[in-house]
Amino acid sequence: MQEFRLPDPGEGLTEAEIVRWRVRPGDTVAVNDVLLEVETAKSLVELPSPFEGTVEALLVEEGQTVEVGTPIIRVAGGDPGEVESGKPTEQSVEPDASGGAVLVGYGVRGGAETRRRKPRTVQQPPTQAAPAPAAPAPAAAEPVAPAEHRDASAPVLAKPPVRKLAKDLGVDLRQVPATGPIGDVTRDDVQRAAQAATPAAAPAARTAWTGGREERIPVKGVRRATAQAMAHSAFTAPHVSVFTEVDATRTMELVKRLKASDGFAGVKVSPLLIMAKAILWAIERSPEVNSTFTPEELVVHRYVNLGIAAATPRGLLVPNIKDAQELSLVDLARAIERLTLTAREGRTPPADMQHGTFTITNIGVFGMDTGTPILNPGESGIIALGAIRQKPWVVDGEVRPRWVTTVGGSFDHRAVDGDVISRFVADVASVLEEPALLVD
Amino acid sequence: MTGTEPIRLLDEAGEAVVTAENEQWRAIADELSTDDRLAMHGEMLRTRRFDVEAGHLQRQGKLGLWVPSLGQEGAQVGAAWAARPQDTLFPSYREHLIALHRGVDMLQIIDIFRGAAHGGWSPTELPGMRIYSLVIATHALHATGYAMGIGLDGASGTGDASVDEAVMAFYGDGAASQGDASEGLVFAASYDAPIVFFVQNNKWAISVPSTRQSRFPLHERARGFGLEAAWVDGNDPLASFAVSRRMLDEARQGRPGYVEADTYRMGAHTTSDDPTRYRSRDEEEAWARRDPIARLAAHLRSLGVDDAALAEQEQRAADEAADMRRRTLEAPAAASDDIFDHVYADPHPLMAEQKAALAEFEASFGSDA
Repeated sequence: MQEFRLPDPGEGLTEAEIVRWRVRPGDTVAVNDVLLEVETAKSLVELPSPFEGTVEALLVEEGQTVEVGTPIIRVAGGDPGEVESGKPTEQSVEPDASGGAVLVGYGVRGGAETRRRKPRTVQQPPTQAAPAPAAPAPAAAEPVAPAEHRDASAPVLAKPPVRKLAKDLGVDLRQVPATGPIGDVTRDDVQRAAQAATPAAAPAARTAWTGGREERIPVKGVRRATAQAMAHSAFTAPHVSVFTEVDATRTMELVKRLKASDGFAGVKVSPLLIMAKAILWAIERSPEVNSTFTPEELVVHRYVNLGIAAATPRGLLVPNIKDAQELSLVDLARAIERLTLTAREGRTPPADMQHGTFTITNIGVFGMDTGTPILNPGESGIIALGAIRQKPWVVDGEVRPRWVTTVGGSFDHRAVDGDVISRFVADVASVLEEPALLVD
Repeated sequence: MTGTEPIRLLDEAGEAVVTAENEQWRAIADELSTDDRLAMHGEMLRTRRFDVEAGHLQRQGKLGLWVPSLGQEGAQVGAAWAARPQDTLFPSYREHLIALHRGVDMLQIIDIFRGAAHGGWSPTELPGMRIYSLVIATHALHATGYAMGIGLDGASGTGDASVDEAVMAFYGDGAASQGDASEGLVFAASYDAPIVFFVQNNKWAISVPSTRQSRFPLHERARGFGLEAAWVDGNDPLASFAVSRRMLDEARQGRPGYVEADTYRMGAHTTSDDPTRYRSRDEEEAWARRDPIARLAAHLRSLGVDDAALAEQEQRAADEAADMRRRTLEAPAAASDDIFDHVYADPHPLMAEQKAALAEFEASFGSDA
């Protein structure tokens, strides 16, 4: 049985987010097979397996941020004995998961703690049975999980002064739950253990509300980028939002027919596709909405890099389809599918998110009728596709059940005025109402 | 030697490029037999596999850092074969093929990146192969000074290329922006030092494109310093060999030179870098089609080398990389007191004192846990 501890995939990084597991318990892996993807402060990287064998357990969940040195996967089989000969010397402070040599890095980085560590919550080492959810617990509030996963024969990680303190207080380091950044026992851990050895107060009742009155989640990564972009956009571009309700029955029929047609076999067809095509059609008639406003000039783009907002495991991302105006309906469908799939897998390359010119946000998938979206910075228009529901609708003087939706959108009023905005949104709506308009 | 196109003897498909302008270079490359060319291909493959395996080891926590040279093997193998045995080579930190060609053990390179050694090997044990310089461009000065020393010793300039010594300094387009690099050019030109600066323009100084750092072509810049300069297709191993050989032979007669090799860093700057943040997939794919290993392999096939010979090289490279992995995992941790032994050439009382103090400090913790 071998455990792979989260390595430092950069220089001096202390933690990484588990983005996606590529293996499951029971899978057979060979050396250098990709096990998972992690995202650090610097990049999204794939971690190859150091072992061969059968995956026994994934010790951390996707979405969790874990400290460097945390065991993340357990692999059975292989031949750990082979690397045993390189047993670390005494000065090494990091027991290697494979039982092999400590080669680099962690030992040195203990000293880096004072330089780099920021005060933040500590992730407890998850146990095998129930990996802890991502919610972090305040470090000092209570002792975290006992180090059950720890091999009793493995050396304990602790800095020399901490070892001395433990010795002075009569604490056995092997019994102390470690909360240090690399799974090491800290001074506080030792002191807590020493206090716990004296008669303790009754343990606090545990409910869903335990864990301190406030939860503090660091703003970083995609969250931070989203926050900056939204605040920048909201407070530089004067947003104007408009809505129009439309009978999208014919769009629904078209979607149904396309799904059944040979030309679209194996391609995902949805109202979003017709909406995208409708937007491209309407932009051609009102190019000003596809522009970038700067104080000196209004740059009207003669191409459309069509962004599709996507809720992904990493957060809100808006990858765009380059030169979407050139794509046929089926190619556009393929492009949307590829874009959303890649985004959902958290694999969107930054280049896909740059140079967007117009965005669609599909809030209908969340059941919302419409909203007032905030512009992607640098763009002058964003359209929200609402839920499409059957509603009573008046057709030729009679009330009939029809598929109805609301087309809403926000526009940069510095770049475009009400007449252009209204014409554009009306054009989009008219295509949803009568997709035959797309036929030139 | 600095036309509108880099000097090229093989095109991207490995076909021979025959023009009136490249005749002089073809004549030099003709010195390489088919066996030589096959051996060059083997060295490139060996370096590539070593490089990829080292990247994996870094991702598995066995190395602190790795610096891939993917895509630059063509430029390097040409330079490595062009240097004569008496020449001294000053690498920066991405010259894995150069080091392996000169007999450095893979583990000696690995030791640097797993934090077990400061230099990896000793130039006294491997004459002519200096250690990696991780400080950007400092070695442009060391190399120039060393070349000036060769001149002062009279070890160059006799007119006999088989004994006259020369120096080759390797750095990149990013390092070319450092002051040290320019100072090296000034002194090399002023003292007619027997040196060639071999600059691999891999297009990216971490995330800064070379076009941003060098508004004027690097080889043209070198001419401004008074050096002979050549611009070569760095992904063409034969052209790299021919140009390097000629420039080195000129240098050993007191005419320092500069080679700008047009190449591409196919991988990340280091394992700490994520190139998808600053360059496009299209660009990477365009350069992947110009992979120097594929180019030389195609050329070898056109010379009648059979696939079995190439497959055998592939297998040998894979075996050697696997062996490197095994040896890395078995390698002992660095001894903490090594550092004191290499500060001064001779024993030094202050170092002895510090070494003893560290040993005493470590012993004070006993052997608990």
